[in-house]
Amino acid sequence: MTTVNLKYYAQLREQAGGGSEQVVTSANSLRELYDELRHRHGFTLPAEALKVAVNEQFSDWSHRLSDGDTVVFIPPVAGG
Amino acid sequence: MSRFSLSDRAIDVTASRAPLLHAAAGGFSSFEGWVRNHNDGREVDGLEYEAYEELALAEGERIMQEAIDRYGVLAASCVHRTGNLAIGDLAVWIGVSSAHRDEAFRACRYIIDEIKHRLPIWKKEHYLSGETAWVACSHTGRAHEHEPPHTHRPHREKAHG
Repeated sequence: MTTVNLKYYAQLREQAGGGSEQVVTSANSLRELYDELRHRHGFTLPAEALKVAVNEQFSDWSHRLSDGDTVVFIPPVAGG
Repeated sequence: MSRFSLSDRAIDVTASRAPLLHAAAGGFSSFEGWVRNHNDGREVDGLEYEAYEELALAEGERIMQEAIDRYGVLAASCVHRTGNLAIGDLAVWIGVSSAHRDEAFRACRYIIDEIKHRLPIWKKEHYLSGETAWVACSHTGRAHEHEPPHTHRPHREKAHG
């Protein structure tokens, strides 16, 4: 099991009911982690619509989770 | 001073412009993004911007450096708002100074396009109807394809930008 920190923004924050949480997960990949969280919180966005950041850097979906990682799933952006 | 910043208060354009003043600059180009009263056929009453601050600052700084490297401009600066904004408010301010005008225009365009596609910033629109919605730009595709990196062509003009 891996303990990771999650931060949520925009619609994911609203659907999760908060801006951050710590979870203990059996997920091995970021994709598995998102699917687990999507099931738990009822996220409407599919993983394909997201980017992901780990420890404040954009990350590949193939990143393997380590204890203490801070993960942010990034919904479609709309700056400017 | 950082070239890219986020502000939860009204952007001070005069202060933002100051770091761009340069004796070697013959041109200055600026872009302002404003909050408009409609989008996709709906009447907009205002909006809110939310940023993943740590990553937005790092990525914003990268975009500014890319613009300087690609177009050879002297200086570039950008401020993006967060929080609640009303119709007519300044949402983003970009300024670029350079020896000549062409690269200043191009760098300015590059910065706003990259910001729209890459910065982890989200916009929630509030409609006159009372509804709200998160607006998606896109992670892919470009409204404007950038030309290849600037290769310091000889300039034909000598006086000003």
